[in-house]
Amino acid sequence: MTLSADTIVTPVSFSISKDPEACTVHLLGRLDANGAAHLWQTLPTQISKQRTADTLILDLEHLDYLDTAGTVFLFHLKTAGESSGFKQVLMDHLKPEYTAMIELAKTARQTDRKTLQPSDLSFVETRGEKLSVFMAETKEFITYIGEITWALMTSVRHPGSIRWADTFLVAERAGVNALGIVALISFIVGLVMAFQAAIPMQMFGAELYVANLIGIAMVRELGPLMTAIVLAGRSASAFAAEIGTMRINEEIDALTVMGLDPVRFLIVPRIIASTIITPLLTIFSNLVGILGGALVITSMGYPIISYYNQIVSFVEWNDFMGGLLKSFVFGILIAATGCIRGYQTQSGPSAVGISTTRAVVTSIVLIAVFDGIFSIMYYFLGI
Amino acid sequence: MKQHQIAIKIEDLVAGYGKTVILENLNFEVFKGEIFVIIGGSGCGKSTLLKHMIGLLPPVSGKVIILGKDLASATSTAKNSILQNIGVAFQSGALFGSMTVMENIKLPLMEFTRLPDSAIENIVQMKLQLVGLEKSAYLMPGELSGGMKKRAALARAMALDPSIIFLDEPSAGLDPVTSAELDYLIKDLASSLGITFVIVTHELASIDAISDRIIMLEKTTKGIIATGTPDQLKQDKQNPHVYNFFNRNHSNPNTDKGKK
Repeated sequence: MTLSADTIVTPVSFSISKDPEACTVHLLGRLDANGAAHLWQTLPTQISKQRTADTLILDLEHLDYLDTAGTVFLFHLKTAGESSGFKQVLMDHLKPEYTAMIELAKTARQTDRKTLQPSDLSFVETRGEKLSVFMAETKEFITYIGEITWALMTSVRHPGSIRWADTFLVAERAGVNALGIVALISFIVGLVMAFQAAIPMQMFGAELYVANLIGIAMVRELGPLMTAIVLAGRSASAFAAEIGTMRINEEIDALTVMGLDPVRFLIVPRIIASTIITPLLTIFSNLVGILGGALVITSMGYPIISYYNQIVSFVEWNDFMGGLLKSFVFGILIAATGCIRGYQTQSGPSAVGISTTRAVVTSIVLIAVFDGIFSIMYYFLGI
Repeated sequence: MKQHQIAIKIEDLVAGYGKTVILENLNFEVFKGEIFVIIGGSGCGKSTLLKHMIGLLPPVSGKVIILGKDLASATSTAKNSILQNIGVAFQSGALFGSMTVMENIKLPLMEFTRLPDSAIENIVQMKLQLVGLEKSAYLMPGELSGGMKKRAALARAMALDPSIIFLDEPSAGLDPVTSAELDYLIKDLASSLGITFVIVTHELASIDAISDRIIMLEKTTKGIIATGTPDQLKQDKQNPHVYNFFNRNHSNPNTDKGKK
């Protein structure tokens, strides 16, 4: 019987008849996924309850429709029958159009899926595997750092080989377009810090010294750090995504086979741009942060000139230059990390997402670590 | 009558990634001016072999000699000068997404020649005319159809007038008419400009239409199972893999049963 859309087929139902030789289950109607799910529990229970003979016959004569789910159900009944004590289970009146499906189910059941599944790794094995992947990636990361350093040195020796148009484009996108967000974050940091510091300092009548705190904290620490974190979120991710997409689209391979070094072509302009703009953005961030503090101090009734004098007399060039040196290094770290993570992009739809995430995480970790190193260094140098 | 000068010589090449060997014991030659086609079933290592031939993957062992120079042992400067003699069009086209078609093709010319800009633009226009994209010079790759992307990639591969061009599955994903147009274009370029083509494909119609010589790779033997002209390979009834490939036979016994 062929099924058409308007054929009325009743859902599956069953009846059980018994005689001394065999117990027969008559299946009627449409045995599909719904029907199989409906009878999955009940029918085997019924069969095991009514076992009076040694043979179970599944009578399929009045079955109007049988699909893959239905076939699996038939074999489920067979197994259930055998486990409830029937010596043999037969399928009777199987329509010829269903034989291919039954054969397919038989061979599929014989396939030992356990041998095909990858075996579960033990805790030690998974840790070991992760460690070895981590080591390999770290090695790759260090190799790229070497390659980038070499390319940068070559670029310094031959400034004509630098792609300046790309460099300025990146500087505009990563630097000029980031002014707004850097201003917002720095202003709020300056403002909040001033408010928090003003409360305890008011107890001693020393509100004006908030200026010293803001000045030194912004210039030495928070200006470079906030700028770097904004850039890590904004530009490291963008670099990783751009280069990662190029990797997936075979554009990096295309550059390589053209005899153009992708490191010089893609990474060097980004690093140069980032190294120029990060200190500039840091100076801007310092200024805006100090302005944020100024708002609080002036609202407490101090003239702005006192705030200015306080900062200028307290913050030294060393502090300012120390902060700038840090931001210079952060600029290199952010761009290099973003580019390397993009370069390491594997294939697959989630690959660029993974690279972007790793670019941001790695750059923030590196910023924190290097900030610590700088603090220790400056402490011993007495800066 | 073609002169049998050697353009590419592959010597005892073992191809693979890192320590994983995909193909081994490869030895063959590609002659100047011929259209040389690499065929084989999915996953047999066609693209891997191509990557070795264009220097994207270092050989596990063996040599890839292009125009008399070994690519694997070359220093990076020497390698770049070898690479300037070849052009590659990737399966996806691999056009630089941030540049127009014109800029894509200009790039190698700007990097490797000292020609004035106007001359370069004229050259690009000629290449675009060759592939029939003269009106699309200022479009971005995202605005091109699949066939146009492949033709633009071919134009970029030809930018520096290379003597060898490698194409990775040029007709994959194209309709039969566009695919036939591309075949005609390749054939025309090979005969008019004498360019050697190395093409990876599994499109039977394409193989029939353009190839001068074919090698067939096979997964289980990890190597070349047949070499010859398309006619020779089509008549090869000894080797079941070759016979099945050219006659679109399948070897799944279950499906056979189902058909009966």
